[in-house]
Amino acid sequence: MAINRTLAEYSNTFVYMSMFVLALSLFIFAYAFSQTRDETKVASRKSGNIAMSLTWLSALLLLIGVVLRGLSAGRAPWGNMYEYSLTGTLLALIVFLVYSLKRDIRWLGLFVVIPALLSLGLAITVLYSESAQLIPALKSYWLIIHVFAAIVSGGLFTLGASVSGLQIVASHVEKRIESGQEPGRLGFIASRIPDSNTLDLFAYRIHAFVFPLWTFTVVAGAIWARSAWGRYWGWDPKETWAFITWVGYAAYMHARITIGWKGNKAAVIALVAFATFIFNYFLVNIFFVGLHSYAGVS
Amino acid sequence: QLTTMRVALQLLFLLGVASIPGSVFPQRTQSQIKVREYLSENPEIGPWLDGLGMFDVYGSIWFTAIYVLLMVSLIGCIIPRTRVHAKALFMPPPASPKHLNKFSNYHAFNVKALDLKIIESVLRNEKYRVRLEHDHVAGEKGYLRETGNLLFHIALLFILIAVAVGSLFGYRGQIIVREGVGMTNVLAQYDTFAPGALFNTDWLEPFQVELQQLEVDFQLAGDTPGQALDFRAYLKHSEADGEEIESVIGVNSPLDIGNASMFLLGHGYAPVFEIKDASGNVIFNDSVIFLPQNGNFLSTGVIKVPDMDPQYGFDGIFAPTAAINDEGNFESIYPDVVDPIIFLAAFKGDLGLDEGVPQNVFQLNTEELEQVGMKTLSLGDTWEFEDGSIRFKRIDRFATFNIASDPGQNLALIAALLAIIGVTLSLYVQRSRVWVRYVSAPEGYVVEIAMISRHEDQDLESALVHITSECKRALGVEESTQENNDGNQ
Ligand code: HEM
Repeated sequence: MAINRTLAEYSNTFVYMSMFVLALSLFIFAYAFSQTRDETKVASRKSGNIAMSLTWLSALLLLIGVVLRGLSAGRAPWGNMYEYSLTGTLLALIVFLVYSLKRDIRWLGLFVVIPALLSLGLAITVLYSESAQLIPALKSYWLIIHVFAAIVSGGLFTLGASVSGLQIVASHVEKRIESGQEPGRLGFIASRIPDSNTLDLFAYRIHAFVFPLWTFTVVAGAIWARSAWGRYWGWDPKETWAFITWVGYAAYMHARITIGWKGNKAAVIALVAFATFIFNYFLVNIFFVGLHSYAGVS
Repeated sequence: QLTTMRVALQLLFLLGVASIPGSVFPQRTQSQIKVREYLSENPEIGPWLDGLGMFDVYGSIWFTAIYVLLMVSLIGCIIPRTRVHAKALFMPPPASPKHLNKFSNYHAFNVKALDLKIIESVLRNEKYRVRLEHDHVAGEKGYLRETGNLLFHIALLFILIAVAVGSLFGYRGQIIVREGVGMTNVLAQYDTFAPGALFNTDWLEPFQVELQQLEVDFQLAGDTPGQALDFRAYLKHSEADGEEIESVIGVNSPLDIGNASMFLLGHGYAPVFEIKDASGNVIFNDSVIFLPQNGNFLSTGVIKVPDMDPQYGFDGIFAPTAAINDEGNFESIYPDVVDPIIFLAAFKGDLGLDEGVPQNVFQLNTEELEQVGMKTLSLGDTWEFEDGSIRFKRIDRFATFNIASDPGQNLALIAALLAIIGVTLSLYVQRSRVWVRYVSAPEGYVVEIAMISRHEDQDLESALVHITSECKRALGVEESTQENNDGNQ
């Protein structure tokens, strides 16, 4: 099947439009954030709502961009890092937006839009590649399932890391206030987000939601590896780092549930685990050679 | 209990950290060649790292020690918890404490008349396991949470066992098979072979395979011309009973034969040559494997002709679609066969094959040989040299297969799926206890309801509100009745 160039170009246009709208929403979220958290202030509430609407619009544009990209190549739109980044960002946005229907999480908007824009920015500059067909080893249902689960996990890990990061900020400021000190520079942020216990619980919910999904991702990858390379686990760098990420989040769950390390210690583990995920995505994909870069004869 | 959890957490961390070096240094299990290269490039620290097991991290003593310790602590955790949970499963929920108003999830309301049987059936309808006492009803639900947790941890144990079984009793190897040539599944046929520590070569599944045809689809036009779209191998295989079966192996669809599986990894060209000696007798007529060096299948290979007098050897470069690049070098510009050219350098002398030292079939040691000449041949061309002639007759292909047997893999798959189910249950099912008790009041009774959860359950309060209003409804209490939330009398 040939690549439909026109659709691929439309896809790019929609991605750019989505980024433009997302950048607007970033500014307005930042403005809303700079207003006090006092919900009676109309300016803050209104601008928060406008920013949310823009984020919806940007997610819609991105969705169209991703769908067109898939149509242009006649396959699922996750065949290379550019496409992973688009789809992952889209899913993170969708989870944030859908969750916002249930609870007021406008305070989180800024900290979702920033990583989303960063991710899209990297995608269109460093990671960009033309719409293309896949090499033979990548044509497999298991791979489609595996990659999709990995992308969803990635989007949710990012949300979780955002909340865990904010939790550390909040608890840092709370400790200062408790010991009678001034809130300090971070007080600006801390006064505009929920308290650290609420954030802790929120982060835990996100992480508890993705952990089974990430477990599934690794297992689906192993099933695919079995049919493509004849072994389900071979400690290829990609596999090794997926395992390390899994162990990292398992450590977080244990620290949180069984030892009862609430607060900062657990949040730090979550951030370390997230760092291993990002490391796997960017550095291992690009610099380490493994079977994941498929050659004629190994 | 706490100390063992701490140890388990530390071991988990350690396992994560310990697996990092395996992604940084080349590993023997993946590429012996890369390890050798690394050692020769780093003569100072290389052997030192080798001593630490850095080139075989996942088989090293320290890595094994960590996961064995983890297994021990896992078992140490699973056994007592299973016992406790099994008991809980067969026992009624614990009776209510004397004072419920100290719980933070607590509601109370007044009623005129009361029948605890009604409360009991309300709780049953809410899927609680119920215990009826003279002055209260106790309920508990969400036992699946702990069941899932145990299932998850037990499944992890089985994954470790399955991996161990596979690496001890399994094997994997690679073979290269040319079109029209058969192979028997015996050790001598393998190019590389990595058996598990307890593997016995008698266990090699007895079968024969003949590669009939290898088909490759290249993309002809479009954005990435020449990209291989797909390739598959058409085989005829026969098992111990001798029956011949035709089958196809694709890139993601292996062939299972008995306890072994055969996977198609890669492919390349195997040009066919006919070599005659000075008197015109055909002394070589076979295909020769040329290993691809780049994406356009510029390939190199060696032809050894010990039957010639003197012995002859040829170093060859093959391009399926040849061109001369800007620097004047011979290269291939397309991976499919469009304009095939082979470039040969001929050598004569003693090839050293008779000395009994095993030789690399892909290398010609030219030091002791005398170069006779060089020639570029198109398909069908013949090169006449002083001691004979060589004809570039045809182009066949070869396929690279992985053949592996892993007796642990089914167990690993089942355990992994159970682990996913287990962890999902243990994170999504909410476990809670509820107590409903009554205390006599001046006019009728005060009904007290309290709920606790052993984990953080954000929805506990709304569940309590729900139970309370169900109880009220069942007892015929108006919702508007004054609510007595602090319940102190
Ligand atoms: C090595 C010994 C281990 C011990 C002693 C252990 C012990 C425990 C215990 C007691 C819990 C119960 C938490 C609760 O009360 O709800 C738990 C939960 C959990 N464990 Fe482990 N564990 C071990 C290994 C592992 C490993 C290797 C992993 C995976 C990497 C893992 C993943 C989890 C997860 C995700 C949970 C949270 C799920 C839940 O709430 O039940 N554990 N672990």
